[in-house]
Amino acid sequence: MARRTVLLALAAGLAAVSAIWMLQGLPSGPARGFVLGLRAERLAGLVLVGASTGIATILFQTVAANRVLTPQIMGFDALYILLQTLLVAALGIAGFAALPVWAKFAGEVGVMALLSSLLFGALLGQGTRDIPRMILTGVILGVMFRALNAFIGRVLDPNEFAVVQQASFASFSKLDATLLPAGLVLTLVGGISAARMAGRLDVLALGRDSAISLGLRQGRFVPMVLALVAIMTSVATALVGPITFFGLIVAGLTHGMMRSARHADLLPAAALIAAITLVLGQLGFERLMGQAGFLSVGIEFAGGLFFLFLLIRGRIR
Amino acid sequence: MIRISGLGHRIGSARILDDISADLPRGALTALIGPNGAGKSTLLRLIGRLETLQTGQIALDGRDIRHTPTEALALRMAVLGQQTAIASRLRLRELVAFGRWPHHRGRPRPDDARIVEDALAAFGLLDLGGRFLDEVSGGQAQRAYLAMTVAQDTDWLLLDEPLNNLDMAHARALMARLAELVREQKKSVVTVIHEVNYAAAWADHVVAMKGGRIVARGAPHEVLTSGILTQLYDTPVEVGSHLGRPLILHHA
Repeated sequence: MARRTVLLALAAGLAAVSAIWMLQGLPSGPARGFVLGLRAERLAGLVLVGASTGIATILFQTVAANRVLTPQIMGFDALYILLQTLLVAALGIAGFAALPVWAKFAGEVGVMALLSSLLFGALLGQGTRDIPRMILTGVILGVMFRALNAFIGRVLDPNEFAVVQQASFASFSKLDATLLPAGLVLTLVGGISAARMAGRLDVLALGRDSAISLGLRQGRFVPMVLALVAIMTSVATALVGPITFFGLIVAGLTHGMMRSARHADLLPAAALIAAITLVLGQLGFERLMGQAGFLSVGIEFAGGLFFLFLLIRGRIR
Repeated sequence: MIRISGLGHRIGSARILDDISADLPRGALTALIGPNGAGKSTLLRLIGRLETLQTGQIALDGRDIRHTPTEALALRMAVLGQQTAIASRLRLRELVAFGRWPHHRGRPRPDDARIVEDALAAFGLLDLGGRFLDEVSGGQAQRAYLAMTVAQDTDWLLLDEPLNNLDMAHARALMARLAELVREQKKSVVTVIHEVNYAAAWADHVVAMKGGRIVARGAPHEVLTSGILTQLYDTPVEVGSHLGRPLILHHA
């Protein structure tokens, strides 16, 4: 099968990129073990963020029946920033810094999952079919989160505001290794659940009427998928901060490369492609360009251009 | 038999269906006719559980559809709504194969592949099976959806305006195919039809609706009369006869 070949090639690609990441320019002597450990942590973080973003985006696009919207475009990044601002405003700089890392992470994942399922749940209560309205609401909520955030930002004193700014820019370089175990568990659970749903996701992608006619419990299934999307997106956002357009690039690449509508192919491909993109991109910025730029900025720039391209080509339905 | 009792439906403050009670016969080709906004599609979608039941009851062969698991319903009736574009890139053969999903739930057997090929052949799609859905015409896509519905191999088929996008030859072929399913495989078909002459030529049972109510129902020669149709569509209609069936004349 051609699809299996593509998947194997992607897995091999990720292995190769990871090997370069680990071994390139390794110092000899006592520093070696230290550098290896540091690189392994960062590699794990990049792969986790990639896999969870890739899977979340594919899941979300299937539910929304739309190839352009992503959880991030729906305002997850804005919610994350608002959360950071509220924490600093409530606890002050010292309190914010003193928060135990795991508690902060668990809180973020929990609150983001809860809020997003509330948002979707309220809209889905009335028949699970008004996807355009859900999307509009998402966009409007995103604007509201941003406005609230700006308002609280005015009230904060300048030092606190600096801390907020620090926390609310995506960074692949200052990823917190203590979050990795929890992130790994959540990503694994989410990935396995998504894989088990692959057949039902294929049916859901046919549209509401066909899915119901074929006996899919659509009203129950859609909120389940959305909860999964919320958890996976929260993991990625909590690990590295908001990156609006990354999922869009990954989904575009995945559909372009796989030429298949089967989620059993799409989900692993999206996870692998996202991981390769991140590791490769970070390699380039960190080792080739000597930290002259930030990967997140590069991704947003390329993703923004891609989004415009899709808009102009009329691919948004 | 589909037994509908006391069925009402509202969207906002608009009353779409108003206290409808009727029996749709088993083993027959039933046509739902009526002017735009009569509630035909809503009635069909309520029977097919595509809309949530508000008031009233619908029983499929004696079992209340509200209390029958949706998986079980999918083995007894197939519903084809009006098509909207789908986001995923599917080949026609893959689309038709989804008709077998209620039976295998993701693990196809050799039998399923054979039924899919039969359905493709029945709708003249064997040559197009490898094409993508967005690379065929609207009528060809419509035939693929119909093939999927037939591949589901259920006792009941509910079709919402299946003649949309079909040319004269394919429309006639579809009606003939539906009539054949009813006569030879003892299936029951309920379909919304706009062009009354297709109902006149092929239906066994006609249900005429207007303003959310059933105006008349019965055999074609009972319902498709000049008096009923003129009143139904608020426009003068004459009815002749052709090959022993009513022929509706509305040209001048």
